[in-house]
Amino acid sequence: MDETLLKVEGLQTSFFTDDGEVPAVDGIDFSVHEGEILGIVGESGCGKSVTSLSIMGLLPSPPGKIVGGHIYYKGEDISRAKESRMRKLRGNDIAMIFQEPMTSLNPVFTIGEQLMEAIRLHNHLSKKEQVERSIELLKLVGLPRAKELLAEYPHELSGGMRQRVMIAMAMSCNPKVLIADEPTTALDVTIQAQILDLMVKLNKETHTAIIMITHDLGVVAQMCHRVVVMYAGKIVEEGPVKEIFSHPNHPYTEGLIKSIPDLHGKKDNLYTIKGSVPRPGSIAKGCLFAPRCEFVMDKCRVNAPELSGSVHKSRCFLHQEQGRKEVHT
Amino acid sequence: MSEPLLQVENLKKYYPINGGKFGSVSETVRAVDGVSFTVNEGETLGIVGESGCGKSTTGRMIMRLIEPTEGKIIFQNRNIMELTKREMRKARKDIQMIFQDPFASLNPRHTVGHIIEEPMIVHHMGDKRQRQKRVEELLELVGLSSYHAKRYPHQFSGGQRQRIGIARALAVRPKVIIADEPVSALDVSVQSQVLNLLKDLQKKFNLTFIFIAHDLSVVRHISDRVGVMYLGKVVELSESENLYNDPKHPYTKALLSAVPIPDPDIKTERIILEGDVPSPAHPPAGCAFHDRCPVAMDICSIEQPHLKTLDDGRLVSCHLYN
Ligand SMILES: Nc1ncnc2c1ncn2[C@@H]1O[C@H](COP(=O)(O)OP(=O)(O)O)[C@@H](O)[C@H]1O
Ligand SMILES: Nc1ncnc2c1ncn2[C@@H]1O[C@H](COP(=O)(O)OP(=O)(O)O)[C@@H](O)[C@H]1O
Ligand code: SF4
Ligand code: SF4
Ligand SMILES: [Mg+2]
Ligand SMILES: [Mg+2]
Repeated sequence: MDETLLKVEGLQTSFFTDDGEVPAVDGIDFSVHEGEILGIVGESGCGKSVTSLSIMGLLPSPPGKIVGGHIYYKGEDISRAKESRMRKLRGNDIAMIFQEPMTSLNPVFTIGEQLMEAIRLHNHLSKKEQVERSIELLKLVGLPRAKELLAEYPHELSGGMRQRVMIAMAMSCNPKVLIADEPTTALDVTIQAQILDLMVKLNKETHTAIIMITHDLGVVAQMCHRVVVMYAGKIVEEGPVKEIFSHPNHPYTEGLIKSIPDLHGKKDNLYTIKGSVPRPGSIAKGCLFAPRCEFVMDKCRVNAPELSGSVHKSRCFLHQEQGRKEVHT
Repeated sequence: MSEPLLQVENLKKYYPINGGKFGSVSETVRAVDGVSFTVNEGETLGIVGESGCGKSTTGRMIMRLIEPTEGKIIFQNRNIMELTKREMRKARKDIQMIFQDPFASLNPRHTVGHIIEEPMIVHHMGDKRQRQKRVEELLELVGLSSYHAKRYPHQFSGGQRQRIGIARALAVRPKVIIADEPVSALDVSVQSQVLNLLKDLQKKFNLTFIFIAHDLSVVRHISDRVGVMYLGKVVELSESENLYNDPKHPYTKALLSAVPIPDPDIKTERIILEGDVPSPAHPPAGCAFHDRCPVAMDICSIEQPHLKTLDDGRLVSCHLYN
């Protein structure tokens, strides 16, 4: 669990649009260690997908561009790597799955054709070996009737099965890191439970590190070891999952936890974080969460808090002050 | 409590489809297969089940957007299947719908003001000035601002678009609102905002809700009673409290246990259902859930269970409770 596979340092990614520069990701730092499951959580528009696309070298460009910082994969800076290098990394080291598997599967090719193409990209296997490997992968992701499935088309499969096929394709290169961008958001909870279970199993068996991107802290609690909380393009809290849930430091994290409906408690009004995520770059100064924060103080509207702490980090004056008080008394 | 405002009896929707290799063999999709329930004035009935269980078809039949194959829909003591065109138009005003995808259901070329005004025009309500005033009221009512009337749907976030959909549904002062997965496409944090809004509006206007969702966690907060559907049938129907604290049907148990719990210290024995909902063209024999049921018995693949009333008044369709 020690070797750092991926290290993101001061990453800034912007979109250059007709309305000017949109700083979608604005200086984030985190790392992913071998074999771990790291959650990245935050509401829609906080910069989670842009972060993962930046890592993968898949930003739509133009208008997207990495304008600052570095992304190291095993020490190599890949933030400005050539497309040929990135293609190699995507085939062998870092794989990604998306929310809607239908858009990443080609409707006119069979599952087998697409799976074997993925296998061919990074292995020199005979046709027979490719078929065997495909069947093995479909079994690995828990799909029944693996042999018949090879001849079927994406539209013949359910959403959950398609996501399993995507995971099989992603796993075909034995990646060191699997980035999963809301892989279960479009699925029923029952199918979500299956897919999350599968991902935890793959993580244990193959030791592939997983970056699990989600807007649902329930998903984080269920499967992640560490979590990064993003708000408006910045990291506002980071730490071990148990620690974050028992002692959330940032009001945003606390709000996200509290707004999950309780299955068994009394059913009075649900807790909500008022308002919504600001457009990137629309808040000129102070804490980006200040307009929605219950604990906002005068200085929050003037100065921007830094991310501070070691294992458990947070970006909030409130906590930094309490922390200091605790030290003094 | 009050008397049923809406009563659904043995509602069915069968779709004939051409199956087989050459489209010759004709099959039947039993999208909804004998659903019955009542909804009292001012209460919320939740309807829950995985995709493909027939929830939307049920909702749309009540609106008569889909013609039922069989069954009765009794609204305010009249079978709406027997209403004249004119009476049906009046009933349509009383029953409104909110959809899952607020983007697909809002015309992108119309201003928000026009979108909300439209149902009032259809039902000849007020003059132009009165309608515009009402649009402004409605926008404020759902937590938006009157100046939003001039904007277009794409200028709003998912949560805001759902508020627009709610404003439009309220425009004609309906009695019943059928909400078909109104928060399924929203972030958890935004779901809570919309649920609170719906609940506030219900209190304010004594609205009756049918609230459809695929996730039990969302329904809990808003529903007085919950019906769980599987393959076109209701398998459990109960007071909310009882259903959540003590689910009886194995499918209800599995649905509940699939909801991720936001506490890393709780390691529940999760029931993970295998596979997907079977095709309603070929429902398994006996209990339609038997091929996924973790506690299936021999009888389950042979004999179909029927809804039974348990001591606490809930209905369950499962051989375990015979
Ligand atoms: N192609 C694009 N052009 C302009 N802005 C974009 C583009 N893609 C994303 N953004 C903006 O970047 C921000 C972050 O988006 P994203 O990473 O997709 O958020 P998340 O995945 O957390 O929901 C959003 O404000 C979004 O509008
Ligand atoms: N027009 C149609 N023709 C054939 N089958 C249909 C049609 N509409 C819906 N179905 C089928 O009926 C079943 C129930 O659909 P639906 O009511 O949309 O389920 P839910 O809303 O619970 O996801 C599904 O299996 C669906 O494929
Ligand atoms: S810095 Fe201030 S506004 Fe920002 S989260 Fe902390 S208390 Fe709230
Ligand atoms: S009838 Fe049998 S198969 Fe169906 S839910 Fe009950 S125990 Fe399971
Ligand atoms: Mg995203
Ligand atoms: Mg539906």
